[in-house]
Amino acid sequence: MFNSTDNYIASDELRLAVNAAIALEKPLLIKGEPGTGKTQLAEELAKSLNCKLYQWHIKSTTKAQQGLYEYDAVSRLRDSQLGDERVHDISNYIVKGKLWQAFEEEQRPILLIDEIDKADIEFPNDLLQELDKMEFFVYETQQVIKAKQRPIIIITSNNEKELPDAFLRRCFFHYIKFPNKAEMEQIIAVHHPKVKQDLLAQTLEVFFDLRELPGIKKKPSTSELIDWLKLLVADDVAQDVLVNKKSDIIPLFGALLKNEQDVSLLEKLAFLNRRNR
Amino acid sequence: MFIDLFLTLKKHKVPCSLRELLDLIAVLKKGVVFANVEDFYHLAKVVMVKDEIHYDKYDSAFAEYFDGVQKIDIFDNLVPDEWLRKEFESQLSQEEKDKLKALGGLEALMKTLKERLAEQEKRHAGGNKWVGTGGKSPFGAYGYNPEGIRVGQDGNRNNRAVKVWDKREFKNFDQDRELGTRNIKLALKKLRKFARTGASEKLDINTTIRSTAQNGGLLDVHMEPERHNAVKVLMFFDIGGSMDEYIHTCEELFSAAHTEFKHLEFYYFHNCVYESLWKDNTRRRTNTVDLAEVIRTFGSDYKVLFVGDATMGPYEITAPGGSVEHWNKKPGVEYMQCITNHFNKVAWLNPQPEIHWEYHHSISIMKRLVDDRMFPLTVDGIGRAIKELS
Repeated sequence: MFNSTDNYIASDELRLAVNAAIALEKPLLIKGEPGTGKTQLAEELAKSLNCKLYQWHIKSTTKAQQGLYEYDAVSRLRDSQLGDERVHDISNYIVKGKLWQAFEEEQRPILLIDEIDKADIEFPNDLLQELDKMEFFVYETQQVIKAKQRPIIIITSNNEKELPDAFLRRCFFHYIKFPNKAEMEQIIAVHHPKVKQDLLAQTLEVFFDLRELPGIKKKPSTSELIDWLKLLVADDVAQDVLVNKKSDIIPLFGALLKNEQDVSLLEKLAFLNRRNR
Repeated sequence: MFIDLFLTLKKHKVPCSLRELLDLIAVLKKGVVFANVEDFYHLAKVVMVKDEIHYDKYDSAFAEYFDGVQKIDIFDNLVPDEWLRKEFESQLSQEEKDKLKALGGLEALMKTLKERLAEQEKRHAGGNKWVGTGGKSPFGAYGYNPEGIRVGQDGNRNNRAVKVWDKREFKNFDQDRELGTRNIKLALKKLRKFARTGASEKLDINTTIRSTAQNGGLLDVHMEPERHNAVKVLMFFDIGGSMDEYIHTCEELFSAAHTEFKHLEFYYFHNCVYESLWKDNTRRRTNTVDLAEVIRTFGSDYKVLFVGDATMGPYEITAPGGSVEHWNKKPGVEYMQCITNHFNKVAWLNPQPEIHWEYHHSISIMKRLVDDRMFPLTVDGIGRAIKELS
């Protein structure tokens, strides 16, 4: 059973979703704002269940086949021209993908399919059979690869593309909500146990204010907050700088805002503040 | 089991199939949750709902189901007695267990309880009566719903649980869209501009063959970048008032456009574009974006698509202060011209049937403002608009 770990706070709902997916051996699809710990979930799950983690990071050019295996025809051709002995056995040129590696594992592994929405729109459809039956056919060597242990599959998505219904039916789904203040305090306590309580309260206030700012393009998320706190602690920023909101621009805001338009918006607001004083 | 829940979900248009229902039962069999309605709520959500835009519908369906559950015969054959007994026993203190024995054991008690339940017609009205009426009475603990989930006993917990779905936190995600956008998607497909940028990932067969031949048969592989849709689209939606009757069509268009274009931005306006627009209709009063900012943000290569019926008083476009909602210093015309001057390609989609256009003066003004590029919001009209834009 999955629980929060030393450096990862999982909400009750998330724990339940993970446990349900493990119990029924179904892939778990995780969505949520960027920076809410979707990818980290798989890592922490691997740590907590003490099993091996295979990470398959999806790019816009990734094909489903690459997760199963690739037939390296080019090097075989080259070898044949150079008269290499290896050329007679085709299996020398079958490169195993992440899915195959996970299927071969004796102990139940975890397979992370990260950011599945980055791939082509047909990508999830190409994996239906493999995720359902946990087996696939290698055409070149005429063999069927079947999972020795059905791996726990965690799939993350940032909602850039809609996923096909047939694929969704095969998954369990959980949406990670943005944590509220209380949960946020827990998360920070895990990452920065030394932060002073009052400083923490101030930073959280500034942080949630910033998230509420109208017109902001990329809202800062948990991972940005944690980075920012790290900097604040490292720089030993005096607390009154944070408390006195009118005094100046938010210190070290670069850690929170990742978009130059957001930064200029903040600068404009700070300028207005100064003028109003 | 749970067929009622399934049907309630269906009724609230949560897309789910028999497969999910079977999954849910399988998960419960594995004992992931037991006799806790809040956990059951989350578990069923994980299993039945596959997209956060349906969370809101799920919440309202669950609320309805949860209310309805207490009206159903509690001791239908659906619940294995064992479930009840196990949970029941775990809730009893030693003292109570002794007392129970004195009453003739659990078996006898269950029997009496069943009889009493059968007599008690009143229970249909208020299941609440039993929910949390003091853990001491063994009957009081029987705040089960028919499917073996504990409703009561722990009053606080129950309240908290109910709040979870009554809060309806996911309302904003719900776009209430229908499938049926395929036609529109096909029309939008025409607005594709393929470009080859980025890393070289694809085998360029022609060059490879040519240079391999030049190499005297030694393989010389050449790669090229894959092509992808590079078109950028900016949409402005008229919302509220006379647009209400076209909401369905607009939603379909929006949902189709959303999947078709990688670079899609959208803003809302009311009747005519003025100095500010908004992205979130529930917070339109507080969360507005300046038109000037929009123009600064998006380059002139964005294709602009207005969606609106353009049906209003002509003064709403032509006169300062013409807006029905606020005082606009400059007439709508000027803001419209700001947009048409900045962006190279602008078109307007109008959900009003084309034959009605000539009867509305405001439509002809708008039509002139977008250089006659106004088209009806039909599959054919979208096709024509896309042709203008590309």
